[in-house]
Amino acid sequence: MKNILKELYIPVVAVLIAIIVGSIIMLITGFNPITAYISLFIGAFGSVNNIANTLANAVPLILTGLGVAISFKAGLFNIGAEGQYWIGAIVGVWIGYSFTGLPWYIHIPFALIAAMVAGGLWAGLIPGLAKAYTGANEVITTMMMSYIAIYFSHFLLEFGPMMDKSGTIPQSPVIKESAVIPFLIKNTQLSYGIFIALAAAIFVYWLMFKTTWGFEMRAVGYNQRAAKYAGMNVPLNMVFSLGLSGAFAGLAGAVQMLGVQHRLYDSFTSGYGYTAIVVALLANNHPIGVIFAAILFAALGTGSQYMQLNAQVPGQMADVITGLIVFFVAAHRIAEVIKDLLARRQKKEVKA
Amino acid sequence: MSAILEVRNITKRFPKVVANDNVNLTVERGEIHAILGENGAGKSTLMNIIYGLYKPDSGQLIFDGEELNISGPHEAIEKGIGMVHQHFMLIPVFTVAENIVLGAEPKGITYDRKKANDLIREISQRYHLEIDPDAKVKDLSVGLQQRVEILKAFYRKAKLLILDEPTAMLTPQETQKLFEIMRELVKQGMSIIFISHKLEEVLQISDRVTVMRRGKAVGTLKTKETNEQELANLMVGREVVLRIEKSEYKPGDVVLSVENLTVVDQQNVTRVKDVSFEIREGEIFGLAGIDGNGQLELVEAIMGLRPKKSGSVFFYGKDVTNFSTRQLYREGISYIPQDRQADGLVLDFTIAENLILREYKEPTYSRSGVIQYKKVYENAEKKVKEFDVRPPEYMLKARNLSGGNQQKVILAREVGYNPKLLIAVQPTRGMDVGAIEYIHRRILELRDKGAAIFLVSLELEEIMSLSDRIGVIYNGQLMDILDGKTAIREQIGMLMAGSRFDKTTLEAR
Repeated sequence: MKNILKELYIPVVAVLIAIIVGSIIMLITGFNPITAYISLFIGAFGSVNNIANTLANAVPLILTGLGVAISFKAGLFNIGAEGQYWIGAIVGVWIGYSFTGLPWYIHIPFALIAAMVAGGLWAGLIPGLAKAYTGANEVITTMMMSYIAIYFSHFLLEFGPMMDKSGTIPQSPVIKESAVIPFLIKNTQLSYGIFIALAAAIFVYWLMFKTTWGFEMRAVGYNQRAAKYAGMNVPLNMVFSLGLSGAFAGLAGAVQMLGVQHRLYDSFTSGYGYTAIVVALLANNHPIGVIFAAILFAALGTGSQYMQLNAQVPGQMADVITGLIVFFVAAHRIAEVIKDLLARRQKKEVKA
Repeated sequence: MSAILEVRNITKRFPKVVANDNVNLTVERGEIHAILGENGAGKSTLMNIIYGLYKPDSGQLIFDGEELNISGPHEAIEKGIGMVHQHFMLIPVFTVAENIVLGAEPKGITYDRKKANDLIREISQRYHLEIDPDAKVKDLSVGLQQRVEILKAFYRKAKLLILDEPTAMLTPQETQKLFEIMRELVKQGMSIIFISHKLEEVLQISDRVTVMRRGKAVGTLKTKETNEQELANLMVGREVVLRIEKSEYKPGDVVLSVENLTVVDQQNVTRVKDVSFEIREGEIFGLAGIDGNGQLELVEAIMGLRPKKSGSVFFYGKDVTNFSTRQLYREGISYIPQDRQADGLVLDFTIAENLILREYKEPTYSRSGVIQYKKVYENAEKKVKEFDVRPPEYMLKARNLSGGNQQKVILAREVGYNPKLLIAVQPTRGMDVGAIEYIHRRILELRDKGAAIFLVSLELEEIMSLSDRIGVIYNGQLMDILDGKTAIREQIGMLMAGSRFDKTTLEAR
């Protein structure tokens, strides 16, 4: 219990400080922070539909966030979750529309698992092997692989092999009925994909903290030398960790395709892969924490539109708060200093 | 005449500890005053206060008859306090003269090399500290580099010289030379504070000793009127067994056999040259040598952590030359690495997790890839108790333990499984008397149970008191293997410095 409180301390303090600083900014720019926050909250959680849309937004963030958290926990910086997401989406959609006659219980798992494998290879095969055996910095390689994935999707969709031949818009055909993950609540974006995301978080928790593989990944992440001295295969572990990390980002892409979009649109970014880094950071790489961090950032996204309409506060204010949260989490030393000061004051009072 | 330095009621608190708790100390003119204490007893804090690096929370310093109120080392130097740190503050590519005058060059617009050299020659002659002013510091031995540091203090007209663990990096010969210099300096009126945690050195060189324990000065004694046992007890705060009685040496079968092992590093420099030795059951084989002479490379190559260029390793007659580290562990080898924080522990893991750091895959602790945490915690509870890890909470992160207790966790992991061979590199590095006693006892117990022990240490004392046979390594070569019972300090020291001991000298004794 004490440990959980300790783990929660930094993210909660960071969010609170971000909200306070956000209020100050709103006051300075002439908005009422209280009405702004109330409408932000109503927009995110005010009705069943709003909650559903927030959760729907959270699904890809949970899955990509898990991916990034795995790599961070293993001491590797997978910055390319965005690209792995795209690869997962491409593979998921392709399987979704090109196979006919499969029952849903084969078609959906087939698409999801293939997307995970593809995402895993995208992160593990090139960046992972390069890191493990040549020391190439994974920050650079995963990032570059990310661009390759995104431009590859442009190639596929813009008059390429995956473009829907019935029109002129660069988009893929719609996936078959048997590949669709059904909606959970009508007229919202929330599909049964939320259960996949929650199950994934629990699975990753179990994997990281209860299995020998997770033990190795964490040991390598915390102290490579001690892991090596204990007889662990450090390079192989790096490849596997990055691969696993990519697998979950790939899964995110496929779940989003099968559950929400049902086809792949041409675009420059989904944004999920980048927000995922922030999610993992706020969750301190804890798989269960990822769920809550993802919901928070999803809520900021859905709530901001409502805030703009009802409190006339520009929706970008939500981005400012997101930025502030990131800043204060990253600068969690500030939080620690405050904690130290408080502790010292308490001690003084006790003495007096 | 008054004392050169008086420390009155100095207290210094840090956020979590009281580093100096009402410390009182008087250093007389012309004496060598030793400050003895375990690591973390507050010796360095006190010296840093005297040298102006820290401000005390309360208390007073009287130096040379007047109150010392300084805000930094430059003022301390100005007043006549010189300090030689454990790690030298020299610029390797500069000459001796340049290093000495740096920051206080002889007056003039350009650097007057000749004047600087003359000044230094004069000082070095006066104090009998011969040195070539034009030599580059990087070309000097550690002992000579230390001499440069001492000259630096004299050049700045020090009246009080603080030597912080000055013998840590020296060979026994260099240590004796340093002691001669210290005696000579004192004769010329210098006062010296000598900081150490080595009892025999303190007894050998000092006039008086102040013992520190947990931030307090627990007593000042005349060196002539005390002995090793009394000092050790004062340091630790309880009765300490200094010399463990070793039982009779009864070697059994050959356990480890290294044959013609050669190791090169990534730059293709040869680190270990054609080394061969054997270790038997019930035997402690000590490897003596100055830091960086290939000890680490030798051990890492044996343990499969570093590629071998040529040669073979046999374990109970079985060729294990190309075994992985994990395979070697499974054969029954244990390994206490040199750096417990960097190599031995995952500091962010709990004690319980660290205790299974290399056994987590064994059926005792995991079943089809799932760690059986109940078993892990049972094991941790037992080991923590058996090896007296404090505090005995196995869910604590290793980071939160003191160095001695961290080492106990490693010891519990490596010794607790009753290995057939234990490779221990610097198992007591940086530990205090009490913890050293404990670890030595554990190692001897293991030997008496019939295990083979490969002990690598930079502490000659440790090697000599534990080993049944002693190998000496110099520049990657095994110079000689001596009988632990009859080997003498000077002999090992000579070999450590690279010169073969002359057999005739030995016979002449």
